[in-house]
Amino acid sequence: MLENVTLDVCPGEFVAVLGHNGSGKSTLAKHFNAILLPSSGTVYVGGIDTKEEDRLYDIRQTAGMVFQNPDNQLVATIVEEDVAFALENLGVPPEEIRRRVDESLKAVGMYDYREHSPHQLSGGQKQRIAIAGIIAMRPKCIVLDEPTAMLDPQGRREVLRTIRQLGSQFGITVVLITHYMDEAAQCDRVVVVDNGKIILDGQPRQVFSHVERLKSVGLDVPQVTELAWLLRRDGYQLPDDILFEEECVQAIEKLLEEHHVSH
Amino acid sequence: MLKDITIGQYFPGRSVLHRLDPRMKILLTIGYIVMLFTVSNPLGLCVGIVFLIFSYAISGIPPRMITKSLKPVIPIIIFTTVLNMFFVQGDPLFDWWIFHISRQGLLTAVVMTIRIVCLIAGTSLLTYTTSPITLTDGLERLMKPLKRVRFPVHELSMMMTIALRFIPTLIEETDKIMSAQKARGADLESGGIMQRARALVPILIPLFVSAFRRADELALAMECRCYRGDVGRTRMKQLHYSWQDGVAAAVTAACIGAVIAVNLFAPVIF
Repeated sequence: MLENVTLDVCPGEFVAVLGHNGSGKSTLAKHFNAILLPSSGTVYVGGIDTKEEDRLYDIRQTAGMVFQNPDNQLVATIVEEDVAFALENLGVPPEEIRRRVDESLKAVGMYDYREHSPHQLSGGQKQRIAIAGIIAMRPKCIVLDEPTAMLDPQGRREVLRTIRQLGSQFGITVVLITHYMDEAAQCDRVVVVDNGKIILDGQPRQVFSHVERLKSVGLDVPQVTELAWLLRRDGYQLPDDILFEEECVQAIEKLLEEHHVSH
Repeated sequence: MLKDITIGQYFPGRSVLHRLDPRMKILLTIGYIVMLFTVSNPLGLCVGIVFLIFSYAISGIPPRMITKSLKPVIPIIIFTTVLNMFFVQGDPLFDWWIFHISRQGLLTAVVMTIRIVCLIAGTSLLTYTTSPITLTDGLERLMKPLKRVRFPVHELSMMMTIALRFIPTLIEETDKIMSAQKARGADLESGGIMQRARALVPILIPLFVSAFRRADELALAMECRCYRGDVGRTRMKQLHYSWQDGVAAAVTAACIGAVIAVNLFAPVIF
């Protein structure tokens, strides 16, 4: 599925991987913690080759993974027990588990729900519990495979806020697999995958300025970027790297003012 | 509608019985069963009954729950009572046509009924005061020695935990599938038994397909969280016996002792 992929993710980076369904973005994600092994080539996670079988658990501890469906990744019937699951598997002493579980639950803002059972929680809350379960392992990197795809807008906002915090507060490297453009726009770096190949890689502004290229592989750009692109095509003088609504409003206001002055 | 069912019969509360260590509660329940079956005269049986009433009183479980727990075993109670009454040989009390009731038969029937009622009410108290997950945890730790003979203790308790975790999820899913099939014109409520059973097929098949998919994803998520069975695993929640567990054990032991003493020194009646 993947061909000629060379990708370096630096510590502390917040990277989005974009691609439409079947583009290979999930396959790419599964290489990051040795669920899949490359048939040729090598993947290094924190300096460890993922083919080294006896270091499998080091790899999985270094790069944690959160999946799409929050229901299918919670194991225990009580929130705090679920967050403790990975640590129990790793043989961490009980007092240390307790400390780290509380810490992780506070980090995702779910500490008050620690004694609830998962089916009493909303999708967004469940997904935050899943994230807490991963960060309790204290990974260097966390890979999220379309974590917001099954959530309502409210849940998406909660989860995204949590993910952004991971990077800024705890210095965890975040790889966010997504097909939402507005989520990708908030990252430091965007990697676009199509047909198992990386076709674009750079800062969101650079990547989203290739509007035609993205459209040709079946992806959209953020709405405001598209608006600016359409206006520019019709001959209006707008910058080509607009990403956020406010910028767009300002640019259009400026344009209107100039228009006014000239008449 | 389907969402409202409860798993097990746990009755949340804060009583002493609720707070006892699950391992101790399981052991005490076994002790109580042994006590009921070593009883051999009415005085001893009274000890068993008083012990049960006392336990219910401190647990704060409403007494109507006893009747609720007895409902499913009523046929068994009636069956054993009738069997004992008519087929135990002894001094005749009542004779008519082919029916003979003896004094011993009547006594055995009464005692057996009381025993079964106490047994069911006593074991139900365990599940009323212990949540399924705590019970699983307690069982896993109690059965730990069986690991030596390669009995898969951890695997069984993991299976129980996952089952308990997914019951609400799958119930919700069943509800959704039923609505979806009804929206497509499926008729689930009319017809005879065969027809209704056949109507369940379009519900069960999607349910199974989705359950397998869930299992697959869950296994993957567990692997990502470094699950490797029982190897080098620790637990966050450690169980500790407290002084209350000691008191409970002492009281139960005293009752068993009393029953044995009564058996030894009072005449054996049954």
